[in-house]
Amino acid sequence: MAIAEQQASPQAAQGSGDRSWHGIVLQTLKRNEISLIPYVPDRVLTPLIKNLHADPFFTTFATAREEEAVGIVSGAWMGGRRGAALMQTSGFATLANVLASLAVPYQIPLIMFVSERGTLGEFNYGQSLVCRTMRPVLDSLALEHHTITRLDELEFIADRSIKQAVTTQAPVALILNPLLTGGKVFDK
Amino acid sequence: MNIDLNARNTKVMNRFDVTSRLIAKLGSEEAVIGGIGNTNFDLWAAGHRPQNFYMLGSMGLAFPIALGVALAQPGRRVFALEGDGSLLMQLGALSTIAALKPKNLTMIVMDNGIYQITGAQPTPAANVADIVAIAIGSGLANSAWAADEEDFERLVDDAMAASEPGLIAVRIDDKPGVGTTRRDPVQIRERFMHGLGVREPL
Repeated sequence: MAIAEQQASPQAAQGSGDRSWHGIVLQTLKRNEISLIPYVPDRVLTPLIKNLHADPFFTTFATAREEEAVGIVSGAWMGGRRGAALMQTSGFATLANVLASLAVPYQIPLIMFVSERGTLGEFNYGQSLVCRTMRPVLDSLALEHHTITRLDELEFIADRSIKQAVTTQAPVALILNPLLTGGKVFDK
Repeated sequence: MNIDLNARNTKVMNRFDVTSRLIAKLGSEEAVIGGIGNTNFDLWAAGHRPQNFYMLGSMGLAFPIALGVALAQPGRRVFALEGDGSLLMQLGALSTIAALKPKNLTMIVMDNGIYQITGAQPTPAANVADIVAIAIGSGLANSAWAADEEDFERLVDDAMAASEPGLIAVRIDDKPGVGTTRRDPVQIRERFMHGLGVREPL
């Protein structure tokens, strides 16, 4: 659990030297020229969302639903601008239709970061159930996905996956596991 | 708010006719996003152009897709055509667009109060809700019903020079689309990207 504790400090720096999970995600997005970030918020994603808002390189904004964010990122890609959608596990569960009817058949490199709830200490039964639907949905569409558990693997997986999504014109889901982020626990 | 739905004083128009009138006005490679079903069938029938994008699913996402295009290419005007039933699936998108205020996005809603393509069942909004009132309430102050075809064309002219996002609602009849879009999603997407100058053909 050292990794989770390591990045738990709210005073984490925002610069390029920031080795927190959210600092690495932000820098990896920037390095890959991903500047449009629609999201539906999640407690664990809060430091990432806050720092994205604070950085003028990014256009960061909330959407009412996750599929709306997918539509926006898809349109932006076709217009020549790269984006990524941020969401929680329960939000991913609303996406089967738009993945199967827009992102996959139109070959759009939809990049999704999913904060994983429902496992490793989940306290809400519904969250643990909805989490179990995520990987079967991804697998049923043969959609590339990675569950990131280690800070030392995050940059490699995120950077390579983004590049692969763009070059193969295929969506990718990067699942941020509680082992990486600390997750959300009952007393928070 | 007290809305008298019979007091709109709007003519019932035809989707294909209105879509054709829009296309005839486009002279600067404006992007047009056609929502699922009859909306993009009539866009297809009005004459294919490389700057048209046709949706084959993802009901309700015409405006979000158009928003993405508008944010990617702020110098290009983007029109999005959506049915009333589709819009009801994604009303939150109106607030997202109102918050972001893209200057180059114009939304057009084809409102016949029915799910024409599935058997003309009435939508839940038919006879109770007003789409322009919903849009204004969502933060899109520049929203209006087109009274007739000439008024629609005037509203489109206004939209071309607008400095804020706008929505034009058109009451239409219950006719199906005139054509049928060729259902080739990869080619649709690729042609659209060529049309937007993002890519060159191989």
